Amino acid sequence: MTTTADHRSPQTTPEVGGIGHSVKRHEDDRFIQGAGNYIDDIVLPGMLHMALVRSPWAHATINSIDSSAAEAIDGVLAVVTGELLAEYNLAWMPTMSGDTQAVLATDKVRFQGQEVAAVIATDPYIAKDGADAVVVDYDPLPVITSPLQGLESDAPIIRTDKEDKTDNVAYEWSSGDTDLTADAFAKADRVVTLETHYPRSHPSPLETCGIVADINPVTGQADLYMTSQAPHAHRTVFALVAGLPEHKIRVISPDIGGGFGNKVPVYPGYVVATAASLVIGKPVKWVETRYENLISTGFARDYHMKGELAVTNDGKILGLKVDLLSDQGAFYSDAQPTNFPAGLVGIVTGSYDYPAAQVSAKGVYTNKAPGGIAYRCSFRVTEASYLIERLVQNAAYELEMDPAEFRAKNFIQPDQFPYESPTGFVYDSGDYETAMRLAMEMVGYEELRAEQAKAREEGRLIGIGMASFTEVVGAGPSEEFDILGLKMTDSAELRVHPTGKAILKLSVRSQGQGHETTFAQIVAEELGIPAGDVKVIEGDTDNTPYGLGTYASRSTPTAGAATSMVSRKLAEKGKDIAAHLLEASVDDIEFASGTYSVKGSPESSVTIQDAVFAAYTNPPPGLEGGFEGVSYYDPPNMTYPFGTYIVVVEVDEGTGQWKVDRMIAVDDCGVRINPMIVDGQIHGGLTEGFAMSNMQWITFDEHGNCIGAHLDNYMIPTAWETPRFELGETVTPSPHHPIGAKGVGESATVGSPAAYVNAVVDALQHRGVTNIDMPVLPDRVWQALQESKA
Amino acid sequence: MEITVTVNGTEHTADVEPRTLLVDFIRTNLALTGTHIGCDTTACGVCTVLLDGTPVKSCTVFAVQANGKSITTVEGLKQNGELAPIQAAFKEEHGLQCGFCTPAMMLVGSKLIEENPSPTDDEVRWAISGNLCRCTGYINIVKSIQRAGELTKAGSDA
Repeated sequence: MTTTADHRSPQTTPEVGGIGHSVKRHEDDRFIQGAGNYIDDIVLPGMLHMALVRSPWAHATINSIDSSAAEAIDGVLAVVTGELLAEYNLAWMPTMSGDTQAVLATDKVRFQGQEVAAVIATDPYIAKDGADAVVVDYDPLPVITSPLQGLESDAPIIRTDKEDKTDNVAYEWSSGDTDLTADAFAKADRVVTLETHYPRSHPSPLETCGIVADINPVTGQADLYMTSQAPHAHRTVFALVAGLPEHKIRVISPDIGGGFGNKVPVYPGYVVATAASLVIGKPVKWVETRYENLISTGFARDYHMKGELAVTNDGKILGLKVDLLSDQGAFYSDAQPTNFPAGLVGIVTGSYDYPAAQVSAKGVYTNKAPGGIAYRCSFRVTEASYLIERLVQNAAYELEMDPAEFRAKNFIQPDQFPYESPTGFVYDSGDYETAMRLAMEMVGYEELRAEQAKAREEGRLIGIGMASFTEVVGAGPSEEFDILGLKMTDSAELRVHPTGKAILKLSVRSQGQGHETTFAQIVAEELGIPAGDVKVIEGDTDNTPYGLGTYASRSTPTAGAATSMVSRKLAEKGKDIAAHLLEASVDDIEFASGTYSVKGSPESSVTIQDAVFAAYTNPPPGLEGGFEGVSYYDPPNMTYPFGTYIVVVEVDEGTGQWKVDRMIAVDDCGVRINPMIVDGQIHGGLTEGFAMSNMQWITFDEHGNCIGAHLDNYMIPTAWETPRFELGETVTPSPHHPIGAKGVGESATVGSPAAYVNAVVDALQHRGVTNIDMPVLPDRVWQALQESKA
Repeated sequence: MEITVTVNGTEHTADVEPRTLLVDFIRTNLALTGTHIGCDTTACGVCTVLLDGTPVKSCTVFAVQANGKSITTVEGLKQNGELAPIQAAFKEEHGLQCGFCTPAMMLVGSKLIEENPSPTDDEVRWAISGNLCRCTGYINIVKSIQRAGELTKAGSDA
């Protein structure tokens, strides 16, 4: 274990419930009584309902839209088209990546399921009747369903809306040092290559996306209830897109039924409902169906990847080359930092120490839904981690080394931190081998390898897959990180009331991560005020300080740090009050565990609650009243969670089916605030990693028809298929975070897919199989086995 | 069409369109929003309620099909102002994160432990296999339902 006692045993009593206590979640009381308040639960007086008309074609010119039959339906109030929105300059909107996206199509449709018209009605059933009655006349166009096709010289141009656009390239980006990498490859004994596709997936939270837009025609006040992981950023985007004055926009993000990145972008439906409320003067509700969610909102991944690893015969990595072709869909709408068009995929060098790497990425427009969202991941870190962990495993096979020993030989060593990677990331802390050895011990690695050899003799296929991932999360330092120019700092405002009960207001927005508990525990740790006495408020831009929201595992690294910093500010203020109460000099006042005492005479003390009460009832002369403050936190660096996952599978040669026998996950996310919640986050992430490697898949036929737009062909694991997990931990605190925490929401989704796939490949590698693309479906496994026989 | 349905012990009579889904009747007409909608194709299970004691996915039942029947939703789980064992167990075992699937999971779980107070891991997993969760990986949901069984037994033994 890389931990110290300080970081493992709680410093507060269970009654206070600071860091390290598995405090039961404060938010659960309402959820277990059916009293959550999700977007579809919002009902306002006079509220109207919206349904969208969507394109059945992947690429087609719109000749005409006939809304007369819809308008004739009793209860239909209006049919909104792109032409109408264009009058308000709202037919197009900016994306989070600085591209543009159609709100309602005007010229042509560019993917199946694209928004074409909206029907506003008095009742949701009538709105859907109206949408069915809108007749759109299309002329189909040739369709592009892969980035390779999109790059062909005679490919039809998708973005004809952009003047002078003569190709389908959305962006090009590169990182690393080409000359250094060429040198490394020249010195290599061999080069290990892997080409693979990280398939298109979808977060598909159980609650779909929605909005209730309520623009008051008298005051101009716009209350926007939205499924928003980033309410403040969305308020600013609405001010810019719709031209509404920002002080009159209030984004309220009620309870969110799962986000996973799906609720980061601004979707056309939000803009249309807002425009409709503005024009009609009544609240308008729009909540997606599951089909709409899967076919049109933020997809994830869809990366065609080629990785080459230069190695020596004795097992040292010398360098890495990576080429990425990204399928962006019809609009480039990744929600990610401006300076990183391919996200943080530069972290692809992984947990290993070598001097040279070059990474290049090209994004291509296709006739598919836009998105490229960071599905439970910090901006393409999932793709990066998958590629390097697959490559490392294959390199070990090629060198006839054990994959664990190959990793150990190349790990960045604990004394090398802070470690600057060849692509310019400065890893904050890590101890990779300790985590890996713990996972190996938990699974019984040596015995398993022996069992595997024996099984092979008996004709059974057992595989052991490993991934020793490193993430980069918590974006990010303002010098480098912004979205649409907005610096990625976050904030916390803390007010302690006279009786010692507190309210903590945060810029971020929980979607199930348990912020109402975890962040109260940070206050408890810092001030000694019991976590149960701290109410946490999020998701209301009128009542919380500014920040960029919850995604990319950034809430704890940013708003969590801000919570510590504002608590420490208030602790300092309390010293002045305590000095006044104890009739001592402020320089002699010490603060620990919620108590102020005079140096050298600990019996002379007051509690934080006494000091707060005095702030309102008996303040020292000249001291500003109240007991509250706000902190904005600009992180000095990102945080780098890591861990090792080991999966054991058995593959059925006859059917190609594979079953997970063991799944060991050792995570190091730095200091764990609430161990129970951290374990829950890891359970969820391991399940989504399993889902992506085993079944989740959004694909398309040659006409651009989406296969995977319903839950009967977009497979999500049930309790029956989901593996059982065994968790372990090491604790290597982040040296720059105020409480040493790193963020944990996504580690398991990032790290686990490679472990699952490596396990299946490991079962088959003695037959010459080196790759099966995700999802590793039984027919693909069976096919790989047949080809290996040939 | 006029229907009469008993929901959580209270009789309601209402005039509904024949096409009204039971889930919309519960959420809109009765304003009981603890029953959620996740897919409207019977795949995700977040709309599950007990219809005459049997779990059904209320997005694929018409309100008129519930005429004369009795329904339990999450709002009906509490008894005499006290949390039901299944509710207490979900909090105790961290059986929920975003909470969206939770009402349905608790209803299915309560039905299971009524029939089998000591279900095995596999028995729980099979019972909830019609209900999706995206957050928890199910491990703690299984534990919560097993714990509710223990609490129920302890309560009835007392």
